[in-house]
Amino acid sequence: MNEITPTAVERAERLQGMGCKRKRVEDVRFVQGKGNYVDDLKLSGMLYGDFVRSPHAHARIRNIDASKAKALPGVIAVLTAADLKPLGLHYMPTLAGDVQAVLAEEKVLFQNQEVAFVIADDRYVAADAAELVEVEYEDLPVLVDPLKAMAPDAPLLREDIKDKTEGAHGKRKHHNHIFTWEIGDKEATDAAVAKGEVTIKELISYQRVHPCPLETCQCVASFDKIRGELTVWGTFQAPHVIRTVASLISKIPEHKIHVISPDIGGGFGNKVGAYPGYICAVVASIVTGRPVKWVEDRIENLSATAFARDYHMTTEIAATRDGRVTGLRVHVVADHGAFDACADPTKWPAGFFNIVTGSYDFPVAHVSVDGVYSNKAPGGVAYRCSFRVTEAAYCIERAMDILAQKLGIDPAELRMKNLIRREQFPYTSALGWEYDSGDYHLALRKAMDSVGYDELRAEQLERQEAFRRGETRELMGIGVAFFTEIVGAGPSRNCDILGIAMFDSAEIRIHPTGTVIARLGTKSQGQGHETTYAQILATELGLPADDITVEEGNTDTAPYGLGTYGSRSTPVSGAATAMAARKIKAKAQMIAAHLLEVHDDDLEWDIDRFRVKGNPERFKTMKELAWAAYNRVPPGMEPGLEAVNYYDPPNMTYPFGAYICVVDVDVDTGVVKVRRFYALDDCGTRINPMIIEGQIHGGLTEAFGIAMGQEIRYDETGNLTGPSFMDYFVPTAVETPKWETDWTTTPSPHHPIGAKGVGESPNVGGVPCFANAVNDAFKFLGSTHISMPHDNWRTWMAADKLGLHG
Amino acid sequence: MSKVQVPSKSQVPSKIQVPSKIQVSMQINGRAVDALVEPRLLLIHFLREQQNLTGPHIGCDTSHCGACTVDFNGKSVKSCTLFAVQANGADILTIEGMAAADGTLHALQEAFREMHGLQCGFCTPGMITRAYRLLKENPDPTEEEIRFGISGNLCRCTGYQNIIKAIRYAAATLAGKTYQEAAE
Repeated sequence: MNEITPTAVERAERLQGMGCKRKRVEDVRFVQGKGNYVDDLKLSGMLYGDFVRSPHAHARIRNIDASKAKALPGVIAVLTAADLKPLGLHYMPTLAGDVQAVLAEEKVLFQNQEVAFVIADDRYVAADAAELVEVEYEDLPVLVDPLKAMAPDAPLLREDIKDKTEGAHGKRKHHNHIFTWEIGDKEATDAAVAKGEVTIKELISYQRVHPCPLETCQCVASFDKIRGELTVWGTFQAPHVIRTVASLISKIPEHKIHVISPDIGGGFGNKVGAYPGYICAVVASIVTGRPVKWVEDRIENLSATAFARDYHMTTEIAATRDGRVTGLRVHVVADHGAFDACADPTKWPAGFFNIVTGSYDFPVAHVSVDGVYSNKAPGGVAYRCSFRVTEAAYCIERAMDILAQKLGIDPAELRMKNLIRREQFPYTSALGWEYDSGDYHLALRKAMDSVGYDELRAEQLERQEAFRRGETRELMGIGVAFFTEIVGAGPSRNCDILGIAMFDSAEIRIHPTGTVIARLGTKSQGQGHETTYAQILATELGLPADDITVEEGNTDTAPYGLGTYGSRSTPVSGAATAMAARKIKAKAQMIAAHLLEVHDDDLEWDIDRFRVKGNPERFKTMKELAWAAYNRVPPGMEPGLEAVNYYDPPNMTYPFGAYICVVDVDVDTGVVKVRRFYALDDCGTRINPMIIEGQIHGGLTEAFGIAMGQEIRYDETGNLTGPSFMDYFVPTAVETPKWETDWTTTPSPHHPIGAKGVGESPNVGGVPCFANAVNDAFKFLGSTHISMPHDNWRTWMAADKLGLHG
Repeated sequence: MSKVQVPSKSQVPSKIQVPSKIQVSMQINGRAVDALVEPRLLLIHFLREQQNLTGPHIGCDTSHCGACTVDFNGKSVKSCTLFAVQANGADILTIEGMAAADGTLHALQEAFREMHGLQCGFCTPGMITRAYRLLKENPDPTEEEIRFGISGNLCRCTGYQNIIKAIRYAAATLAGKTYQEAAE
């Protein structure tokens, strides 16, 4: 060789593979305003759709008169349920086995429900015309409190299914009942709770919130009448599933539907499901023969598409006097709104809520969940968490603190005592999950040492004394949370959506010059997949990440996949990427053996090349092998170098973390100041530490918003009290605390690269950590549980209730 | 979204008058623009739909999110709060005009990538455009000043920490200094 031979370290660095802080390739277009989002799309002859929505939460529709709207110049059509009914499209199937009204037929069931769809050649005209549609309503009694949904005299909401005694998940026992889901050993748990030396019981409610990505839900539908083909560009986290659903609903053959997710401005679970806007845009395009754009505004987003949480969890823990937990019993009332449109795997109507035993070694547990209807928007999506996992984490972490209080021991000490021990992994929980790996004690110890936990507690004690002496009006709270996530759905034996197993996929093609295109079934909404999948491939294939294009979101070119949510991209598609790369590498090894005239087994892999064992000067780089794959393959071998993998994970992955938060609470104003927030995450193998840190910052900020102020609140008439950024709390840079991040690394034993997924952990762990901190501030005064959100008013009220205002 | 209130019949005009269009002239990213616009057309829609400048985005309907921020006669302005006709005679800079004519990125654009100050990219054009004016007004802002200075721009992905770093990084670059991470 006539050039200076790079060292192994230099060669590895050049690849920009796993573990390095590679700068994001997406950013080059985003920082120049050259992203390509749905609303940027402009097609020739494109029309705009806008909804007429219900002002009432529950009312019978007496009449719809669209004549004035239709007469407005520029209006093309006005669709109502009467137009959709002959097509069988006035209702659409939901992912949860229910149906949802696309346009309300006889009555409306929540405020801002879709009633008519106006199509015009300009978005301003469409909005004008929507105001001209006259709808006559007759009010009906409204149900907003889920705890009253199954009262004998509760109003009948769903007349369309009133005679249906069998729901998607078993018997319905009341006209507002959707399902009851039970898991665990009831008898043993009842006995454990009855015999508990110490027990606690608390109704822990997780309020209704919204994922609220900065870009709302939107689509452009374009039907080509001549070819009979439909193209839909949309904000879809799961484009392939949308295509299948669109085909099943519209009867257009699946190969004639093209679904494209361009750049997406944040998703957080909001963009998994199908919404009436998509159906109406498609129908409108078929009817008019022109492309139709539908763009939701912020009020519509917060009030109609995909809320999250609204879980009301009566939680009981039994323990020994010395603080060992002996049983957990949880009963949940789950408010699903007017239609059951949760996006959970089919067999899991309450998602993976049975992760509620958390990180602790409970010998027995039992969970039952009652899903109910109410006069609120449908949804119940997994907002930046795996299915119902943040609810579970909030439930158990709050309950453990309440137990610690009752036992009179420190919350961290109680956790240390009950955490699953390292040698117990793989650990089967009382509610049936097999946790893959973890070193929980190490993580919590590291977190406590990092923040100086004992010193903080000592300071808190001093401050409490000072408060009692009247020297300060500030209380100090220390929140501890230890969470275990369950992500990467999922093994096909127990996870499917509409009967499609929840595998995911990667298709990789190496070009002759050694550059690569990789296509995946997932879809980034800001996670940086174009950067990180290329890093996995760079390490696996020995080709520079900069030479690898990652493409997602086009159902014509990408292999079928279930999409991005539930932190499943890295656990499932990341695994598929590695497995497909390994197929390619195996073929490359055979080509290398052929070229070097040795046996396959005489070769070894060295960063970016195969070399002859014991003779490192004889090698073929991957780049050389790519070229050879197109002209010098061994006799009998197919030319080319590409592979596809559909990865069906053997198990979920279980990321975990230890979070500690310190707050100062002004009892006279209710203002809670976050003094410090420390987050230690273990997501297994780390692909790009920069991106991980960024995701943790973002997730913690969302958790801060949820815990400290967010609520999609309805008054007793079902009227939304603030579904816009005027009222709905989205933290700005001023309120947002400063984040400290840390990590331990416990690779997943069953994942090809040991990665577990991380994007949602900070939401799961952050919410209970903030809540525990605020509660911790008040507990020495006898308070056991203050409900979220901990905004200034509620915090002031909590102080007032404790008699702190004289 | 349409307003949900149904107008009474007497309130509905028999025929809504399509308003006449108004001539406007302005500078956008250093280019002279003449156009005919409806008086009620919002500046953001004018930029995005008539001028094909889709960098500024729309994230709310109450002028809170700041995704539509542009630089308007030397001030940061949310372009959803102005009608296009109010921009007559204005000098407007959008994210598309931030890089140099030869394509060299502005220090802020480089800094956002360098410091991982963006994720989904939707708030980014407004955020960078806002930071551009912030640094003109205060070339060496403290963390607190930055937090206050960008509080009209919402981000749902980053938690702001790396945005703040990016703005400090750009401030250092523009001052010809090397960025030094502030002590935690």
